[in-house]
Amino acid sequence: MAIDAATVRKVARLARIAEPEDRLESLARELSGILNWIEQLNEVDTDGVEPLTTSVETALPMRDDVVTDGGDPARVLANAPKAEKNFFVVPKVVE
Amino acid sequence: MAELTSLTLKAALEGLQSKAFSAVELTQAHVEAVEAARALNAYVVETPDKALEMAKASDERRARGEAGRLEGAPLGIKDLFCTEGVESTAASKILRGFKPTYESTVTANLWRDGAVMLGKLNMDEFAMGSSNETSAWGPVANPWRAEGGNAKLTPGGSSGGSAAAVAADLCLGATATDTGGSIRQPAAFTGTVGIKPTYGRCSRWGVVAFASSLDQAGPMARTVEDAAILLTSMAGHDPKDSTSLPVETPDFASFCGKSVKGLRVGIPKEYRVDGMPAEIEQLWEQGIAWLKEAGCEIVEVSLPHTKYALPAYYIIAPAEASSNLARYDGMRYGLRVEGANLAETYEKTRAEGFGAEVKRRILIGTYVLSAGYYDAYYLKALKVRRRIADDFDQAWQKVDALLTPTAPSAAFALGQKSDDPVAMYLNDIFTVTVNLAGLPGMSVPAGLDSQGLPLGLQLIGRNLDEGTLFSLGSAIEKAADFKAKPKKWW
Repeated sequence: MAIDAATVRKVARLARIAEPEDRLESLARELSGILNWIEQLNEVDTDGVEPLTTSVETALPMRDDVVTDGGDPARVLANAPKAEKNFFVVPKVVE
Repeated sequence: MAELTSLTLKAALEGLQSKAFSAVELTQAHVEAVEAARALNAYVVETPDKALEMAKASDERRARGEAGRLEGAPLGIKDLFCTEGVESTAASKILRGFKPTYESTVTANLWRDGAVMLGKLNMDEFAMGSSNETSAWGPVANPWRAEGGNAKLTPGGSSGGSAAAVAADLCLGATATDTGGSIRQPAAFTGTVGIKPTYGRCSRWGVVAFASSLDQAGPMARTVEDAAILLTSMAGHDPKDSTSLPVETPDFASFCGKSVKGLRVGIPKEYRVDGMPAEIEQLWEQGIAWLKEAGCEIVEVSLPHTKYALPAYYIIAPAEASSNLARYDGMRYGLRVEGANLAETYEKTRAEGFGAEVKRRILIGTYVLSAGYYDAYYLKALKVRRRIADDFDQAWQKVDALLTPTAPSAAFALGQKSDDPVAMYLNDIFTVTVNLAGLPGMSVPAGLDSQGLPLGLQLIGRNLDEGTLFSLGSAIEKAADFKAKPKKWW
């Protein structure tokens, strides 16, 4: 299936990646090329086949509900672009 | 002491044990080799001070009689592994300057056993690539060059730095990761040994995530036995990774050199693809002959869904990546590019921080997971994934392991395939099936092509049966007697 510039604009917005308008056409061509190649999956009969999400099909392990880590804000914040008084500083979210 | 760097890991451990040299001497020789090989761009961070400090501590432990399994062995670490206090960027601008405050489980296991870290190894950005050209820090050059030529070749990807460093004697062994072939294809391109173990053998904790249901760490080394020694240290159950398997780790080296007589080895006919160079076909035949001579029974098998593995992978891996890479939002670590509001800050940060291939895969992944396309693409791919895993289950009724070529070509020139994403993706045609099914796969150097470039053969095994791969791998290694080394030009 070919995807157009408008679809790329929408998907880039969903993915939170700024793509300049003049890149949308060429990205649409690139992505369409990949998706066209992927279309061959439609040749495979998958009626009644259960999807396989992981090769390790075991139940998630349980552990005791106790604190095992924490209380170390300096390490948590060590790589923050902006931090103040043990908090991450982020752009204003609520007007 | 250049000769210290050309030892196998095993010989180096024996030399340390017999006090022929110290860990400091061994490490110093490697530090000098690393500094002299910057033209290869294999290391993105060199940690000579840390290495010598670790080596000194190692010599002290050995003197106290507390030597571990890898005591004093200088290793290189793929930049996908978080290393405490040492910049870990996954070769992405978005993580420039990121110094983890924790250590990945796999590297912690290596240091527990006495290994020494020489530095961080270059790779494709977020492990997305097959030629190392997507690295934000520039591509790695393969130490191998075609006979009579001086064009720079790719070392393969994504673990290209690991492969080049091992091939050029810039470490005794290296960590790597494999999501679709990222250990095995670079091993084939550089004449080194690489194994992707069974999914869940090695903890993914502290390894920068690409596609979590496929990612698996493994070693790269100069011999099959060296790879076995490294994997024995790297593997093991880790409660911090819920997909880590609660199984004992065998001493993998004990499988090396064991008789392979009577083992049934399958040859999947679907791996004879159009356009495969005759030399690779011949090498495969040679591998079959070697295993026959060693007493294996060769059985033709069919894996009918092989050709659908790559397209399924290019839905599943980008889908998982688009979710995993959502964390790079400029808020808690890494790059932040301020915009007029929160959404614009996210968008600018990610536009500037990610390279073209990473963006392409995030967009594909976002698209196939978006409303209206989820069933047609993502769910379909997961059903095909089941078909591929079922193919292998059928094969295991008849055989104990499979033998295939590792890659459809030898190393190609940097720049040769970078304009065509699908042509680049086809590099992983023989390796990607194994990731989808979670199986162990190993690449062993088996010969040189007419241009003098290394070629590899791949062995695929049952779940948790790396032991058989190490036995078969050492049988091929012995028969191939692969001794060639790249001629030093760097």
